[in-house]
Amino acid sequence: MAELLKVDDINVYYGAIHAIKGVSFHVDEGEIVTLIGANGAGKSTTLQTVSGLLRSKTGSITFDGQSISGVPAHRLVERGLAQVPEGRRVFLQMTVEENLEMGAYTQPNANTPASLERVYVQFPRLKERRKQIAGTLSGGEQQMLAMGRALMSKPKLLMLDEPSMGLAPILVEQIFQIIRDLHKAGTTILLVEQNAQMALSVANRAYVLETGKITLSGTGDELILSDEVRKAYLGG
Amino acid sequence: MSFLDSLISGISLGSVYAIIALGYTMVYGIAKMLNFAHGDVIMVGAYICFFAATRFNLPPLVGILVAVLLCTVLGITIEKLAYAPLRSAPSLAVLITAIGVSYFLQNAALLLWSPNPKVFPNFFLTHAADGTEQTGLELGSLRVSYVTLVTIVVCVVIMAVLTFFINNGKLGKAMRAVSEDKDAARLMGINVNTTISVTFAIGSGLAAIAGVLYMSAYPTLVPTTGSMPGIKAFTAAVFGGIGSIPGAFLGGLLLGVIEIFAKAYISTQLSDAVVFAVLIIVLLVKPTGLLGKQIREKV
Ligand SMILES: Nc1ncnc2c1ncn2[C@@H]1O[C@H](COP(=O)(O)OP(=O)(O)OP(=O)(O)O)[C@@H](O)[C@H]1O
Ligand SMILES: [Mg+2]
Repeated sequence: MAELLKVDDINVYYGAIHAIKGVSFHVDEGEIVTLIGANGAGKSTTLQTVSGLLRSKTGSITFDGQSISGVPAHRLVERGLAQVPEGRRVFLQMTVEENLEMGAYTQPNANTPASLERVYVQFPRLKERRKQIAGTLSGGEQQMLAMGRALMSKPKLLMLDEPSMGLAPILVEQIFQIIRDLHKAGTTILLVEQNAQMALSVANRAYVLETGKITLSGTGDELILSDEVRKAYLGG
Repeated sequence: MSFLDSLISGISLGSVYAIIALGYTMVYGIAKMLNFAHGDVIMVGAYICFFAATRFNLPPLVGILVAVLLCTVLGITIEKLAYAPLRSAPSLAVLITAIGVSYFLQNAALLLWSPNPKVFPNFFLTHAADGTEQTGLELGSLRVSYVTLVTIVVCVVIMAVLTFFINNGKLGKAMRAVSEDKDAARLMGINVNTTISVTFAIGSGLAAIAGVLYMSAYPTLVPTTGSMPGIKAFTAAVFGGIGSIPGAFLGGLLLGVIEIFAKAYISTQLSDAVVFAVLIIVLLVKPTGLLGKQIREKV
């Protein structure tokens, strides 16, 4: 399988805080790869560096065969990278449909109706609520909107930052079902999660991040069975 | 002045405030900063239009267009040179910079155009059959100047076009997205810097129009001409709810009407005090202004 994303030895700082310390990983086309780790491990920082919101001091990031280090975030969407940020970050004062339109901002206007239809098939709930202001949606609906919005640009790589955060178990199950469906339909996914159990169960491969460093990696099944992961993230 | 006279001139003055307030409110909404130099862009626009008419003998409409164009460029330049480098600086630093830019523009105008007042020409005239100039319409006992009429119409048109653009235009929607969440907007592929530039461009172009309208009603042009309408319009923006476009419209109109009524029925000297007293009362009752909203985030 072709390598879609390759992150090589990145170091990211917040002022004097060294948040990411020489992290390397890769995602192949068609894979679901997950990055798990405790609070403050540096998962979001890593994703934001890939999506161009933060800069790495060293190393390189290659996406779809081209270096994207130093490319600003807004230029990466058209190249096929989409990120669903932590905490959903939907535009609360805009309607559901306007939020989705923003996801298609870099696409030709003529494609928007077809993209909307595609996303509405995936998320029928959003279609029912298309004229509703996003701020009045429930947390689960907002998560669906954030995912639908990211899918509007037909990304080659979808990066999800804790999509299950703050959701009831039934909704978590639903979100993970959608992740499986997207993967089946051919989307490559990089998933960041604290819910290690769920994340490892859907992932082809996984990396464990601890205080800015990758300490373990392997297939999802390997890590589910590993003692370290069981102790630290799966509650025994 | 009769009640109706006062009302009409209040609405007209308020229309000018509303057009200026749009610049404050849009820039605040998107860049989260108070651009105190905005009032001085009005002054620059007025001078450009003045010289276009008196020195270069350009037709009024062309003069206004040139003023709008140059002020748009000025607005973008100010943003790029003075504010963009401070994008992640504390807001106090940005505020002080904006005050600095305001003084810079006033002093540049002093240097370039001297402190001597210029009398702004009246563009809004018609010629009667006998060749006499007419500056307005007589409707029974009511006299309405063309300036007043044009000002009100221009304000309504600007408001309608801008509202449509912000609600329905692709760029307008992007501006709303940027005003809510810059990083999320970046992740949509929106160039935040360009969007901020466009906002400054629109605000400054409108300031030029407001400058011409204001000067047509109050024709004494000096380098500090922009400060007072600037401060009033800023007040109007806060009054209506800073960040809100209909708020700028409503705040501007109310401020203009209150000011003129205070002048007519209370006292000319105290009119500004009355205006600010009303502002304070409104902010005490509704701290976000008349139409300002505060949306709570779901966590
Ligand atoms: N804006 C910031 N300024 C300074 N330090 C930050 C900032 N954002 C994150 N950090 C620090 O960087 C480290 C990594 O944070 P990050 O948000 O990437 O963690 P995370 O793995 O996503 O955690 P969580 O699971 O809680 O979302 C933490 O120590 C955090 O305190
Ligand atoms: Mg995080």
